[in-house]
Amino acid sequence: MQIEVRTRMSQIWRVGLLSTALLAAAPAHAFIAYVSNEKSNTVSVIDTDSWTVVKTIKVGQRPRGIDFTRDGKFVMVAVGDDDTIQVIDAKTQVIVDSLPSGPDPELFAQDAAGKILYVANENDNTVTVIDLEKRARLGDIQVGVEPEGMTISPDGKTLINTSETTNMAHFIDTATRQIVANVLVDARPRFAEFRHDASELWISSEIGGTISIIDPKKHEVIGKVTFEIPGLRKEAIQPVGIGMTKDDKTAFVALGPANRIAVVDTATRKVTKYLLVGQRVWHMAFTPDEKYLLTTNGVSNDVSVIDVAAQKVIKTIQVGELPWGIAIAP
Amino acid sequence: MLRWLGGVLALSLAATQALGADPTEIGIGYLGRAGVKQTLSLVDQPADNDGLAGARLAIDDNNTTGKFLNQRFKLEERRLRDGDDVAKAATELAERNTFIVADLPADALLKAADALRERGTLLFNVGAIDERLREADCRANIIHTAPTRAMLADALGQYLVWKQWKRWLLVVGSHDEDKLFAHALRRTATRFGAKIVQERVFEDAGGARRTDSGVTLIQRQMPVFTQQAPAYDVLVAADESEVFANYLPYRTWDPRPVAGSAGLVPRSWDAAQDQWGAVQMQNRFIKLNQRRMTALDMQAWTAVRIIGEATSRTNSGDTRKVTDFIKGPDFSVAAFKGTRLTLRDWNLQLRQPILLVDGRMVVSVSPQEGFLHQVSELDTLGYDRPESKCKLK
Repeated sequence: MQIEVRTRMSQIWRVGLLSTALLAAAPAHAFIAYVSNEKSNTVSVIDTDSWTVVKTIKVGQRPRGIDFTRDGKFVMVAVGDDDTIQVIDAKTQVIVDSLPSGPDPELFAQDAAGKILYVANENDNTVTVIDLEKRARLGDIQVGVEPEGMTISPDGKTLINTSETTNMAHFIDTATRQIVANVLVDARPRFAEFRHDASELWISSEIGGTISIIDPKKHEVIGKVTFEIPGLRKEAIQPVGIGMTKDDKTAFVALGPANRIAVVDTATRKVTKYLLVGQRVWHMAFTPDEKYLLTTNGVSNDVSVIDVAAQKVIKTIQVGELPWGIAIAP
Repeated sequence: MLRWLGGVLALSLAATQALGADPTEIGIGYLGRAGVKQTLSLVDQPADNDGLAGARLAIDDNNTTGKFLNQRFKLEERRLRDGDDVAKAATELAERNTFIVADLPADALLKAADALRERGTLLFNVGAIDERLREADCRANIIHTAPTRAMLADALGQYLVWKQWKRWLLVVGSHDEDKLFAHALRRTATRFGAKIVQERVFEDAGGARRTDSGVTLIQRQMPVFTQQAPAYDVLVAADESEVFANYLPYRTWDPRPVAGSAGLVPRSWDAAQDQWGAVQMQNRFIKLNQRRMTALDMQAWTAVRIIGEATSRTNSGDTRKVTDFIKGPDFSVAAFKGTRLTLRDWNLQLRQPILLVDGRMVVSVSPQEGFLHQVSELDTLGYDRPESKCKLK
């Protein structure tokens, strides 16, 4: 009986994916944020109107990377210790399916059409390629030791993967699935983010304590963002998540145990402000109207809400234990 | 004649081109002792490849990175038996390898280092925790990834003081290394404001570590040995020789926790360490070696990773270049300790957080909050620059 239900659910999910094109953008003002809680094995659902947790969904072991499907109908969450990616129906908020991700999935990226998913598998130095519609594993790409950060270039032609112990950003041609370039960055690269105009790729190095800015055409590091906070020892500054505004003018960088978000002017590549958030801040997501930026603060078990225009923290929301990733419905 | 010369020239040119396409080979020698030491607990008994297994994993990790940089790493193992000439063995190993990872006692390590001084071979001390190797007997061609006794003692002492367990009953074994650890613990107590209320010596009277009715006997002996002590908060045992410390937990006359060589133990690494991405490392290690990772494995892994980090940053396998980079101001390495690890430039000791473990869990990680330092909080562990007697040469 249970198996039957599961099959039907997954069919509904696939139909949902296929009908992407028929969907018009939702006119809602309130948004819904999904936060993965690494220790609680749950996903907290936050309503951005009331800024409260409206639901807590039980998921598999060690949920980390989280994102919506392009149509906004489903939430995918990597549950590393269960070696899979679970799929939550955003309407019913029930787990309806899982994806064949390979061992210990952590972060993933999808193509613009929402058809192909690329998953970083920390345990076997590979990136797994998954066909989202067929839920089939299309292949693996061998990368460096401990693949983590994943992103796709705005033109969809290049997949970026960072490997934490190899300390490189790997440039992968999405058509041939071959590595075309490797760029050495500072120690333990965690996260990769393109400018929307594709002119720069930003890579955070958690242990190196820097952001490397790479020219994606020349495959060269062309600049670095460094951080300095008076009264805080250098080792505590550990950049992880990066959020770039749509006009590419401002970047927000989560500084981990420094408990701050750095606001970076992308033109000068200098920090203009540090915003104090919760403890060990790692990842972040903008609301689609870009009015707010939500950050996950692992050690204080909460989410900080930043007013993007005012560059001020306006709210703190308690979630589950060790909040890790965050995704907001498109 | 000319034609013949031309042929040779063409041949050598072809060979050079072929060499250009070949990966840069980086040879690392592993020089260790044959045999393993006996422990009180069967569970703690080290594997034959303790240390070496960590180096092997780092070779794999370096090679994964190396395939993007056209660098290939290989490991050559050499085990010394009693009576073997360490200088000769080290020299032979250095003929084929530019770096040597050494798990040797202090005197043997110094012999190896001095024999290789002229060659420019760089050694990594992964096993010896002796202070003197970083102080009076320090060498410019030895990098230390093993922590020192003072670092381990300070890491433990900071936690005990933070816990407000400031009155220590110190029990010391009768072997030289036990006394050295006790010396480090006394220094820690003085530095951080703990008080050693009494010291007792546990004489090693010989005898087997494993006997058939051992438990019954130990259960009678240990309470008697620890009775009539002045009021204390924690029993700190210095027993590197594995003679008595693990007999103490749950058997002391007064109900007190045990720390030091048993109970809460300071270590550079533990199989239970799962923070800061360490699970990936533990999983990789188990997959390769079919056992769990020890502190010695980690110290050897870190040594080989330091070499890999430097060859990738310099894009070179040249000993001089790589060595200069490792000793230079821009060097740091990530090793699943939540912070970048760097070298103390005055004695080439790796700065590192120290785990406090109980055999099942990581209880805490030192330095503890509130122990401050003007350069790096990691320098609150062990001898600091102003105290150092090291003159690198």
